[in-house]
Amino acid sequence: MLEVGGTWTVFSLRGLQQRLDKARRAGAGGAAKGPHAVDATNVKRLDTTGALEILQLAGGAEAEVATGEKEHAELFEVVKANMVQPAAPRHVDFLAHWLGELGHDLVDLGKQIVSLCAFFGEIIVIFVEAFVSPKRFRIGAVVQQMFEVWVKALLIVGVLCFLIGVVIAYQGVQQLRQFGAETFTVEAVGIGMFRELGVLLTAIIVAGRSGSAFTAQIGTMQVNQEIDAMRTIGLNPIEWLVLPRILALVLSMPLLAFWGNMTGLLGGAVACTVYLDFTFVQFFDRLRDTVGIWHFYTGMIKAPVFGFIIAAIGCFEGLQVKGSAESVGQLTTRSVVESIFCVIVLDAVFSIIFLLANV
Amino acid sequence: MSGDEEDVPPGRTLEGGQLVDHRDGRDVVLKLRGVRTQFGDHVVHDKLDLDVFRGEVVGLVGGSGTGKSVLLRTILGLNPLRAGKIELLGTDTRSVHGRAERQLLSHIGVQFQDGALFSSLSVADNIILPIREHAGLDEGLMQSIAALKVALVGLPPDTGDKKPSELSGGMRKRASLARALALDPDMLFLDEPTAGLDPIGASHYDELIGQLRQSLGLTVLMVTHDLDSLHAVCDRIAVLLDKRVVVGTMEEMLAYDHPWVREYFHGPRGRAALKQA
Repeated sequence: MLEVGGTWTVFSLRGLQQRLDKARRAGAGGAAKGPHAVDATNVKRLDTTGALEILQLAGGAEAEVATGEKEHAELFEVVKANMVQPAAPRHVDFLAHWLGELGHDLVDLGKQIVSLCAFFGEIIVIFVEAFVSPKRFRIGAVVQQMFEVWVKALLIVGVLCFLIGVVIAYQGVQQLRQFGAETFTVEAVGIGMFRELGVLLTAIIVAGRSGSAFTAQIGTMQVNQEIDAMRTIGLNPIEWLVLPRILALVLSMPLLAFWGNMTGLLGGAVACTVYLDFTFVQFFDRLRDTVGIWHFYTGMIKAPVFGFIIAAIGCFEGLQVKGSAESVGQLTTRSVVESIFCVIVLDAVFSIIFLLANV
Repeated sequence: MSGDEEDVPPGRTLEGGQLVDHRDGRDVVLKLRGVRTQFGDHVVHDKLDLDVFRGEVVGLVGGSGTGKSVLLRTILGLNPLRAGKIELLGTDTRSVHGRAERQLLSHIGVQFQDGALFSSLSVADNIILPIREHAGLDEGLMQSIAALKVALVGLPPDTGDKKPSELSGGMRKRASLARALALDPDMLFLDEPTAGLDPIGASHYDELIGQLRQSLGLTVLMVTHDLDSLHAVCDRIAVLLDKRVVVGTMEEMLAYDHPWVREYFHGPRGRAALKQA
């Protein structure tokens, strides 16, 4: 026989287990196994948690419960009808678990590669089709996206490139002065900005602000089933969402990179007037005389490629979103990391190509 | 005009928006007085009074855009209250902060329309979260509470381990109810609980609410458009009309003279539900 009384609610049960264990160790109760009868006539307040705990102490749903109040009896009935033993945690061998995870990851990677190929295939098909019927380029959407990824990025790209220009010039002056070659700072700023920094910095900013936005936008649409709705209406999400974003970024990246180059040079020129007593005219004269046009071209060639990669990865990861807000977050992170990684790897590849081409 | 109160068209009501006094000496669990909700220039509710008494189930109905969910959110403090006073479980919600606010919130449960389960947690962890935060019980007991609540709302036992994204819409609603019931609240707010459930599931849901109300002394305010639910579990019906509510039993509502109310309760669906009930 188990006698209970007083308040048995979710807020009153804290620490009950410890007190029970203590009492058991001290030798109280608990001789017979199996369901006990319960006398709950003295219970004042009861809720489902309390009823559950009493029944568990009594040994399960079969326990007979005598109650004082009708509500309590009903509550016990409700809890008895729904009591289930939570499944015991399964023990999994460490090695098996690790191998299982590895297998899953490999299969996922395989699937990812296949869907990536399908994705690029689809883009190419739509792109080619769009040449046949040019209205499928969705110029309105492209312009709208360009406003987002180009116009709205001008300020941040401009400011950061300007600062980098200043930093390079300052470092150039400091280091080259040791050899009395501080006028070469102009080449350092010009070549550095044109070939690498302008376009790379722009690409990283764009990956962070536009690539992530693409993933989050398309991913949220995926969660809200908007993409499914588009498909049922007969709108191809690649044509309506992906292609305009890719086109917008392919067009915007060179424009942004050019803007970045210019503000970078401006930053360099400002730094040179401060540290070298150059005038602006001297700076740009020397730039024209010493920095060949191909330094500029190499950067500009890279820009649209980076734009394509960032947009494609952003959209692709957005379409991979499954189900939840958590997935949107994960894939947005992945999209930014992957696009920056790809941009830098591609930059290295371009360096090799330009080296071989001798430009 | 003078002295003929009977002819004064809709709007003239007793205390708390009632048509006939049903208080019967019960506590007022939720008390709204002169509530005004406004978004920009758009006034959703104005001078709205509503009383909900202990142990009753009140169904909140109204046409689209009359602000049913908005009212629920205002009561819960998710919308700013522009004017008026809301007393929940005897506490003025405007003046409650910090510890007292947490205490108050641990005595209410809310089920949102689309579940609003935390997508990064399993269903069982969703249920345990409020218990761990407010009551802090043993892990083992909390697990069995979660299993109990999952069974209580009619979900299969393995649901506890699943993530919300793996559940169907109806199952998410049930899981959300299980989370709302986690702490055996005094007052439960339900936003369209039976919308999207199959008729069998919906009537089980109604039974469940009725059962819990009986055994736990639960007070429920539910936004619903399910006329069957209104018949089956609701003691009184609150209708949002002209930025205010009018509350009454089904019989009073059937007799109430207002074009929208008439159409709602006497329309083909209303009649069909009435016939069944």
